[in-house]
Amino acid sequence: MKISPLQFVWFSLVVVLWSGYFFLEGFDFGVGMLLRWIGRNDIERRAVINTIGPTWDGNEVWLLVAGGATFAAFPRWYATVFSSFYLALFLILVALIFRGVAFEYRSKLVNPTWRKRWDMAIFIGSLLPAVLWGVAFGDFIHGIPIDSQGNFTGNFFSLLSPYSVFVGLTMAAIFLIHGALFLEMKLDGELRERASYLARCFSPVVTVLVVAFIVWTYVTANHGGGSNIVPGIMPILIVALVIAAQILITDRHYGWAFATTGATIIAITVNMFLDLYPRVLVSSTSNAYSLTITGTASAHYTLVVMTIVAAIFTPLVLLYQGWSYRIFRARIRLTPPESLQPQQEIK
Amino acid sequence: MSALDLSRWQFGITTVYHFIFVPLTIGLAFVLAIMQTLEYKTKKPVYGEMVKFFGRLFAVNFAIGLVTGIVQEFQFGMNWSSYSIFVGNIFGAPLAIEGLLAFFLESTFLGTWLFGKHKVSVRVHLFSAWMVSVGTILSALFILAANSFMQHPVGYAIDPKTHQAVMTNFLALLTNSTLITTFFHTVLAAFSTGAGLVLGVAAYQILRYRKKEMFVGAARIGIVVLFVSMLFNAFVGHIQGQIMEKQQPMKMAAAEALYNTSSGASFSLLTIGNLSGDPIFQIRLPHLLSVLSDNSWNGTVQGINQVQAAEVAKYGAGSYVPPIWVEYWTFRIMVGLGGVILLWGLVGLYFMRQGSLDRKRWYLRISPYLIAAPIIANLTGWIFTEVGRQPWIVYGLLKTSNANSHLSALSVGITLVGFTAVYSILAVVDGILMFKFGSADPDSLGSHGEKEPEDSPTAHSDLIY
Ligand code: HDD
Ligand code: HEM
Ligand code: HEM
Repeated sequence: MKISPLQFVWFSLVVVLWSGYFFLEGFDFGVGMLLRWIGRNDIERRAVINTIGPTWDGNEVWLLVAGGATFAAFPRWYATVFSSFYLALFLILVALIFRGVAFEYRSKLVNPTWRKRWDMAIFIGSLLPAVLWGVAFGDFIHGIPIDSQGNFTGNFFSLLSPYSVFVGLTMAAIFLIHGALFLEMKLDGELRERASYLARCFSPVVTVLVVAFIVWTYVTANHGGGSNIVPGIMPILIVALVIAAQILITDRHYGWAFATTGATIIAITVNMFLDLYPRVLVSSTSNAYSLTITGTASAHYTLVVMTIVAAIFTPLVLLYQGWSYRIFRARIRLTPPESLQPQQEIK
Repeated sequence: MSALDLSRWQFGITTVYHFIFVPLTIGLAFVLAIMQTLEYKTKKPVYGEMVKFFGRLFAVNFAIGLVTGIVQEFQFGMNWSSYSIFVGNIFGAPLAIEGLLAFFLESTFLGTWLFGKHKVSVRVHLFSAWMVSVGTILSALFILAANSFMQHPVGYAIDPKTHQAVMTNFLALLTNSTLITTFFHTVLAAFSTGAGLVLGVAAYQILRYRKKEMFVGAARIGIVVLFVSMLFNAFVGHIQGQIMEKQQPMKMAAAEALYNTSSGASFSLLTIGNLSGDPIFQIRLPHLLSVLSDNSWNGTVQGINQVQAAEVAKYGAGSYVPPIWVEYWTFRIMVGLGGVILLWGLVGLYFMRQGSLDRKRWYLRISPYLIAAPIIANLTGWIFTEVGRQPWIVYGLLKTSNANSHLSALSVGITLVGFTAVYSILAVVDGILMFKFGSADPDSLGSHGEKEPEDSPTAHSDLIY
C-alpha cells in the first residue's frame, strides 16, 4: 500500500515529538544525573534543580503527547510497542514517578536525610530512563521478536542486545553533556565553572561513543525491505555535529555547543526513524511481520481531525512554552539580587 | 490469577489511586484561583496568605496526580493492547488532544505560578493560576470524552476488513450525552472535593485559634463552593441516572438489585442479608426509584433478569450481569455521601449567615473528618460506573476479556506488585506532608514547605521552593 500524505505527516509528527522530547528532557535528565556533582551542598543542589524546576513537567508532556499521537494515528504501533516493552516501560515509569515527586518534595522538609533520599531519586530517576529509552530505540532498529499477530514472543532480556545496551549508554552520555551545557548557561559563579569543566572533560568520551554508535548502527540497522531515504547523509551529519560540539566546547562557546548537542540528539532521533521507514517496528523473527506505517495507521477521518487540531494548537503551545523559557531565562544565582530579597518572605 | 485478572486489578488500582488526587487537584486549582482573584480585587493581604497556605497543599497533591497520570497514559498500550488496537482510531484522539490542549497548559502555567511570582506581573501571575485551573478542567473534558465513548459509543463505524472501530463523527464524540453529564458531574464533584479540603483544614486551624481572619475567610469560600457545586451536582446526578437507564439499563438494575421489571419501583436505602431478591431486612422508599430514573411516579424500571434476557438476544449467550453487590453499595455510598456533603454545606452556610462560624465548635470539629466524604464519593462513583459496565470494556462492542495484551501472568504480577508498592510509599509520604502542612501553624512554615533554620544559607535566598 502507498503511504498517504496524512500518514506521512503523522509519522513525521511522531518523529518531531520524540525529537523534541529527547532534546528537552535530554537536558533535564542530564541535570538530574549531574545534580550531586555540581551541587555539593544543599543550597547548591537547590540551585541546580531550579534551573529546570519550572519547566521540566512541560518537557515531559512532550512524551505524553508523543504517546498520545502514536495511539491516535498508529494504534497498532502504540499497542505493540507498549506491550512488547512492558517491563522496560514499567521501570521507566517508576523512575519517572520518583523523579517527578522528588522535584516537588525534596525541599518541603528541612531534614537532611529526607533531602538526600530525594536527591538520590532524582539521580536514578534521570539515569535509568535515559539509558532505557536508548535501549528501546536500539531495539527498534535492531528488531525485536514479534510474531505474525504482532505479539511479542521474547522476554525482558531479549530486549538487551549488546547493540541496544550500547545505544542506551550513548544516549545517556549525550544527555549528560547536553545537561552540563544547559547548566553552564543557567548557573553562575563557581557552579557554572563546574558545569563547563565537566562538559570539557566529558566531551571526548561522547564524541567517541557517538562515532562508534553511528558505525555500529550502520552495520546493524535491519535494512531488509526498507528503503532508507538518505542512507548516507544522516550518519555523516551526526558525526559532523558531534565533532562540531567538541570543538565548540574546547573553544568555550557553550551556548553554541548546547545548540549543537541538541541538534545531535535530534539528528540521532530522526536517523533512527529513517532507518525504520517505511516500517515502524522491525520484527527480528521475520521481515514479513514488521509493522509498517500503512499497516498501523488510523483511518483517514481520524487523521484529518487530528491534523486540524494539531495545526491550530501546536503553534499556541510552542508560543507559551517558549514564553515560559523566556521568563526563566535569567541565570540562577546563589544570592538573589537585592530587589528580591527583603519583602518576598513576608509578602 | 490469570494475566487478565491481574491486569484488571492493576488498572483498577492505578486509576483509583490517580483519582484520589485528581479531584483535589481540579478543585484546589479552582478555589486557589478564586482566592487569588479576591486578593487581586480587594488588595487584602489575607487572601494572599490563603493562597500561600493552600497553595502548599495543592503543590504536594499535584505532584502525585501528575506522576500517576503518566502511568494512566501508558497502560492502555501496555496491558490492553487488543483494546487499544480496537478503539485507537477513536480513543487515541481525545487522549492526544488532552495532552496538547490540557497537559501543556497546566504544566507550563503551574511552573510560572510556583516559580514565577517575582518574575511576572501580578496580573500574569493571576492569569497563570486560572490557566492551571482551565488546564485541569480541559484535561477532565477530554479524558472523559474518551471514557464516555466506552460507556456509550457514538460517532463510529466498524471497519469490516480490520474489525476496528473507526471514527465517523468527531463532533458526535464531543457532544455525547454521556460525556456532557459525566463531565459536569465529575468536575462539580471535584470542586466540592477541593472546597471540602479547604473547609476541613480551615476548621482545624480555627479550632486552634490561628490566624482567625484568614481561616474563617477560607472556610467561607470553602462552604460556598462546596454547597453550590454539590447542589448542582445532585441535579446532574439525577439526569445522569436517567440517561443511564436508557443507555445501560443493566447498571441501573444492578444499582438497585432489582431483579424483575417493575413500575412505580421503590428505592431501597439499606439492605441487610443478601441482594438476591429476598433480603432479611430492608428499608424502602416507595416510588423513588421510578422517579429517579424516569421522573414519573409510576415509571417502569427494567429488572436484571429482563435485561439479561434482552442482552442475550442481542449479543449472544453469556452473562451480562456485573457484580451486583459492588453496584448496589457503591451507588448508595455515593448518593448517601452526596446528602452528607449537601448538609455539611447547608449548615455551614447557615452559621456563616449568622456570623457564628468560628464559635460552632462541633461543626469545626467534624469538618476535618468530612474531608474524606467527597473523596470517597468520587471513588465509589467511578467504581460504580466502571464495574457496572462489565463485562464490556466498550459497551456493546468489546468485552474486557478480549481486550488485554498477550502478557505472561508473571510480568503483570511483577508490575502489579511494583506499582502497588510504589503507590503505598507515595501515599505515606503524601499523607505526611498533607497532614503536616495542613495542621501546622502557618507561622512555622516557609514559602513552600518547612521553614529553613535561620542559620541555613537557604533561609535568606530565593531558592527555597
Ligand atoms: C476527571 C479528571 C481526570 C480523569 C478521569 C483522569 N485524569 Fe489524568 N489528570 C487529571 C484529570 C483526570 C488532572 C487533574 O488534570 C491531572 C491531575 C494532576 C495533574 O497534573 O493533572 C491529571 C494528570 C494526568 C497526567 C499527567 C499530566 C502532566 O504531566 O502534567 C496524565 C498523563 C494523565 N492524567 C492521564 C490520564 C489518563 C490516561 C486517564 C484515564 C484512565 C486519566 N488521566 C484519568
Ligand atoms: C478516574 C476515575 C476512574 C476510576 C476510579 C476508574 C476505575 C476503574 C475500575 C475500578 C476498573 C475495573 C473494573 C473491572 O475490571 O471490574 C476500570 C476499568 C477500566 N477503565 Fe476506568 N476508572 C476511571 C476512569 C477511567 C477513564 C477516564 C478511562 C478512559 C479514558 C478508563 C478506562 C478504563 C478501562 C479501559 C478499563 C478496562 C480495564 C478493566 O476492566 O479492568 N477509566 N476503571
Ligand atoms: C447526590 C446524589 C448523586 C447522584 C444522584 C449521583 C448519580 C450518579 C450516577 C447515576 C452515576 C453513574 C453514571 C453512569 O455510570 O453512567 C454517578 C457517577 C459518579 N458520581 Fe455521582 N451522584 C451523586 C453524588 C455524587 C457525589 C457527592 C460525588 C462526589 C463528590 C459523585 C461523584 C461521582 C463520580 C466521580 C462518578 C463517576 C463518573 C461519572 O460517571 O460521572 N457523585 N453519579
